[in-house]
Amino acid sequence: METPLTRNILPGREPPTRRAYERSGGYTALRQALRMTPQEVQKRVKDSGLRGRGGAGFITGLKWTFVPMGDDAPRPKYLVANADEMEPGSFKDRLLLEGDPHQLLEGMIIAAYAIQADMAFIFLRWAYRRAARHLEQAIAEACEGGYLGSDILGSGYGLDLHLHVSAGRYMCGEETALLNALEGRRANPRSKPPFPPVSGLFGKPTTVNNVETLCNVPHIVANGPDWFKGLGRGSDGGTKLYGVSGKVKRPGLWELPMGTPARELLEEHAGGMRDGVRFRGLLPGGASTDFLVAEHLDVPMDFDSVQKAGSRLGTGTMIVLDDQTCPVGMLRNLEHFFAQESCGWCTPCWSGLAWVERMLADLEEGRARPEDLEQLEAHTRLLGPGHTFCALAPGAMEPLQSGLKYFRGDFEEHLRAGGCPWK
Amino acid sequence: MEVMRRVTIFVDGRPHSVLDDQNLLQACLSAGLDLPYFCWHPALGSVGACRQCAVKLFRDASDRRGRIVMACMTPAADSTRISIDDAEAREFRARVIEWLMINHPHDCPVCDEGGECHLQDMTVMTGHVRRRYRGLKRTFENQDLGPFINHEMNRCIQCYRCVRFYRDFAGDRDFDAFSLRNQVYFGRQQDGTLESEFSGNLVEVCPTGVFTDKSFKEHYTRKWDLQTAPSICVHCGLGCNTIPGERYGLLRRIRNRYNGEVNGYFLCDRGRYGYGFVNGAQRIRAPLLRRELGGPAAPVERQEALARIAAWMADGARVVAIGSPRASLEANFALRALVGPAHFYGGMSAAESRLTALIAQILQRGPAPAASLQEAAEADAVLVLGEDVTNSAPMLALSLRQAVRRQPMAAARGIPPWDDHAMRQVTQGQRGPLFLATLAATRLEDVARETLRAAPADIARLGFAVAHALDADAPSADVDAPAHALAGRIAAALLAAGQPLVVAGMSCGSEDMIRAAADVAWALRRAGRPARLAFVVPECDSLGAALMTDRNPGLPQDGADLLLVMENDLYRRADTDTVDSLLGSARHVVLIDHTAHATAAAADAVLPAATFAEATGTLVNNEGRAQRYFRVFAAAGDVQESWRWIHDIAAAAGRTRDAPWTRLDDVTAACATAIPPLRRIVEAAPGAAFRIAGQKIPREPPRYSGRTAMHAQVDVDEPKPPDDPDTPLAFSMEGYAGRPPSPLIPYFWSPGWNSVQAVNKFQEEIAGPLAGGDPGVRLMAPSSGTAPPAYFREVPPAFARRDGHWLAVPLHHIFGSDELSTRSPPVASLAAQPYAALNPDDAAELGLNGGDLLHVQLRGISHRLPLRFEPALPKGLLGLPAGMDGLAGIPLPDWVRVAKAEAP
Repeated sequence: METPLTRNILPGREPPTRRAYERSGGYTALRQALRMTPQEVQKRVKDSGLRGRGGAGFITGLKWTFVPMGDDAPRPKYLVANADEMEPGSFKDRLLLEGDPHQLLEGMIIAAYAIQADMAFIFLRWAYRRAARHLEQAIAEACEGGYLGSDILGSGYGLDLHLHVSAGRYMCGEETALLNALEGRRANPRSKPPFPPVSGLFGKPTTVNNVETLCNVPHIVANGPDWFKGLGRGSDGGTKLYGVSGKVKRPGLWELPMGTPARELLEEHAGGMRDGVRFRGLLPGGASTDFLVAEHLDVPMDFDSVQKAGSRLGTGTMIVLDDQTCPVGMLRNLEHFFAQESCGWCTPCWSGLAWVERMLADLEEGRARPEDLEQLEAHTRLLGPGHTFCALAPGAMEPLQSGLKYFRGDFEEHLRAGGCPWK
Repeated sequence: MEVMRRVTIFVDGRPHSVLDDQNLLQACLSAGLDLPYFCWHPALGSVGACRQCAVKLFRDASDRRGRIVMACMTPAADSTRISIDDAEAREFRARVIEWLMINHPHDCPVCDEGGECHLQDMTVMTGHVRRRYRGLKRTFENQDLGPFINHEMNRCIQCYRCVRFYRDFAGDRDFDAFSLRNQVYFGRQQDGTLESEFSGNLVEVCPTGVFTDKSFKEHYTRKWDLQTAPSICVHCGLGCNTIPGERYGLLRRIRNRYNGEVNGYFLCDRGRYGYGFVNGAQRIRAPLLRRELGGPAAPVERQEALARIAAWMADGARVVAIGSPRASLEANFALRALVGPAHFYGGMSAAESRLTALIAQILQRGPAPAASLQEAAEADAVLVLGEDVTNSAPMLALSLRQAVRRQPMAAARGIPPWDDHAMRQVTQGQRGPLFLATLAATRLEDVARETLRAAPADIARLGFAVAHALDADAPSADVDAPAHALAGRIAAALLAAGQPLVVAGMSCGSEDMIRAAADVAWALRRAGRPARLAFVVPECDSLGAALMTDRNPGLPQDGADLLLVMENDLYRRADTDTVDSLLGSARHVVLIDHTAHATAAAADAVLPAATFAEATGTLVNNEGRAQRYFRVFAAAGDVQESWRWIHDIAAAAGRTRDAPWTRLDDVTAACATAIPPLRRIVEAAPGAAFRIAGQKIPREPPRYSGRTAMHAQVDVDEPKPPDDPDTPLAFSMEGYAGRPPSPLIPYFWSPGWNSVQAVNKFQEEIAGPLAGGDPGVRLMAPSSGTAPPAYFREVPPAFARRDGHWLAVPLHHIFGSDELSTRSPPVASLAAQPYAALNPDDAAELGLNGGDLLHVQLRGISHRLPLRFEPALPKGLLGLPAGMDGLAGIPLPDWVRVAKAEAP
């Protein structure tokens, strides 16, 4: 089984230096890409079917084609790596950032070349201090090695690359809020249209890609679309960094073929549930995805299959709920996070989420009334897509709506018991 | 100009014809439908934050499911099908209110915004009545934002209008949104007076009571208990439309009165907060008479005062009269009629007379017409010569801030102008051409493409150089190379624009500058560009006075037997010696005015005049627009309109035929007949005989309370309301309840719309003209086909420093340079104090340090003024604050000597 993304990453070891990365074949894909036209690079990545690993699953190569090309294109153009990994339960980008920063840089330089960007930024989560150190080191090495600068490897193509350490907001994961933050503005999402490829950072064409997405790019360029497609088990190609957290025997992160079933992840890789607890459900792709339950365990963890099962692959890092943990308490914790992280722009989000959190707290603390369940259900509908300005609140409603569906009895038990029966 | 297309949209199955450049919210409101909203504002556009205007959008006639969209973020495209009444949309809108009300105080009955609160109206409109949220409300600490604005953050619903107005629209930076989630805080980083000259608009922009009028709080009354009338601001020459409100004889606040062509939705802080002089301690409220030489003037019965004045007029006494550019046309005309045009002086200084006459001549002559504030906001290239507009005509500065966005917005394809954040995202703060040539630094420089600070002569020379660059036939200014290059860039930008505008005015006291501006506009006209001119004039009737006085510029040489002065402090028109000698030369001096000042102290008799709030009259603004203002309330005692005093004096002197009028309409009509340029002033508003359904228009809203009890401590019988023979308005809550013609709207109110947003119901299109056309009539509308006249050809010589002398120039202050607003306590608290400003290099040459006192020799009098460093002031100039007591009468620019004064 190939594990291209993590092949250089060894737990507990410093990341490869530029020379070590080069020795393992690093930066050959970049050399290869620079011999192609930008359009050829775009096509190769598009042909691979690589889908955005940040959660939305949009075809990466297609996204790149939205950027105006040619001499009339507005300048400068920007590429941004979204390294603001703040989805609860997600820690996959962290591994790539800390473990093999040159891989990200190579992916970014190729992506930047493909859209002819003049400048690239890594927008990094504030708490990822180690990643920041490693990236700074790697950027300096890449400059020394001629992989960044005004004339990369004598190709005539130039790129400046900067690390921007964010002030730390979940909202910055939304690409337009990220761009606002990068410009020094409030991290509120932007009106669309215009979309970033047309008017992004400082009003210029901009592509924002997730870290894991970009890390796939060198391998696709080097090995071709067919190789990439062949890595996956189903129609989605490539490998995926899957994570499992919760009361499992071996919580962790694995690079596995795209489409690995949830059961395999849970039982083989995470070692199954800890002794004494039983599986009740899981959030397949981070906190903002719908619960899946036992009946879904054989669902392949790829974008389309998980969607068919009623959830989203999201970041591919699952949070497992067991039978000794209160689902209402878990949801309260999650909704607390989302309410905290609302940017305060649109009413349903800043006010509705606070109310949702409050109702879940009332359930936990014995202040709830039966009609609160209707209110919670109403909110999962009212904070749905199209009602809010961006996807934060609809995402926050995904675990809640499925939680109310699958764990209704637990909610009712809280009402009957006058508080959390687990406490 | 783009031609706007009408399209048909279907709302709940019914077709509506709407303009296609609108969003659905605007279109629905324009169609007269009710759809609640918060974050959208007609002048600020859409941002989709509050989610209140949700409607159901259907793909086509067969789509029954539809989807929720925000009306404000959806274009009104042809054949769009939406439902306001759809159950899901209705439920969602009620939910938005419920979410907003979670944290909003439930104190409407005692809240000072209550009854005029958009949030209250929208809550009622959506039908949200029962509170389901059981938690506590979040609370904030409030800030001291200065003398104008009260801050009450607990009421905030996070609609972001305040910060969008303050930062995006008005361009100031000391106010922002802080924090996040349901804790967003709108305020300053720390307590302190808001820096914006337009901060008062927060009161009207805020849909609830976070920002309220602090001056109103000083004498608060329920909004619906205010008696109001359409009025005109008297604190500069722009003629912004206002709605003053009164109760119990006290003027309590000023609010914006929408006029699509003039001030739109906004006012400046001088205009909003300058009204305090009406209630001021300096008010003259009774006739005063000086019984013995050198003695004090004491209150007397009106008959005694009139008899005495009549006696002074008797037996062929020579009478000379001085009117005022801050008085109505009618008052000035009556005075002129009483003494005859040969003995009537307009009341301006010699310089003001020359400058206003020149402006009037240029605007009348054409072909470059005056620009309204709205037209200025639509200009796409602007040259400003000499004016610090933020301080001399503040609302024009707000217009120019919008003007600089025109070119980038026009270039932003595919983004509708109302899509505010998308437009700002695409245009990225790019700005079209605005060139400023001023004496010193100004508050518009942050949006200017290029800025020149220069002496008045050099500013004029730059203007001439621009005209010459546009048209080689225009006189050559022969400026130095940098100015020549700058003039070339300005000329190119103006020539490339679709709606170029040239701004100049009277602030610098320079006729050359005005001529240069005219030459630029005419050169553009010759090149086929529709150039307009915006001239800044200092007072509310400066241009009216200019159109009326054709004979006697400046002040009279001697005071004759009787000098009649009306609504004028002569010490603001000439230096002290000149005025002393004029007043001293008159055997008797009579003043008709409302506010005490130095001239009043010297008068033998003083008659109490009505202020704008107690009188009806006509004013002509800087663009030559005649506008009628109406009595808001009947003044107590002997206070009456100046023209009535003039009639009374004439009657007492047995000369009624010289001023025979007892009704305003007759004065206005006589004035229009006698003075051809003022021919159309009768059209400014319907006359006193106007009725709708046989009824007058009530000044008091239908909710006005306490009418029968207001005077109960005096008499339990309800007194008859005062008569108003001058207008179709009644001092009553009774009368025609519908929508009056636009010049007669005393308040904006419509069932269910109790806040300022009720103006929606009075417009032809949202943010367009008021129904039936915006009020006022332009007196000077030259045919645009007129050939440009011959250029002004006298180019002044370049400014040259003189050894040991400084050229004293006036620097204007929004708070401090205007006579009347400075008597309003909140404005006074911010007013600039007298100073003498020098470039630090000049100060160093003189061996001066910060904090030093200077002796400035002005017209033979030494003024002791604290030194202020003004790094942007060109060397050789000395800046003095314009219009301040003690300095106001000194004609500037003037060469002065300066010396260091010893500390007292």
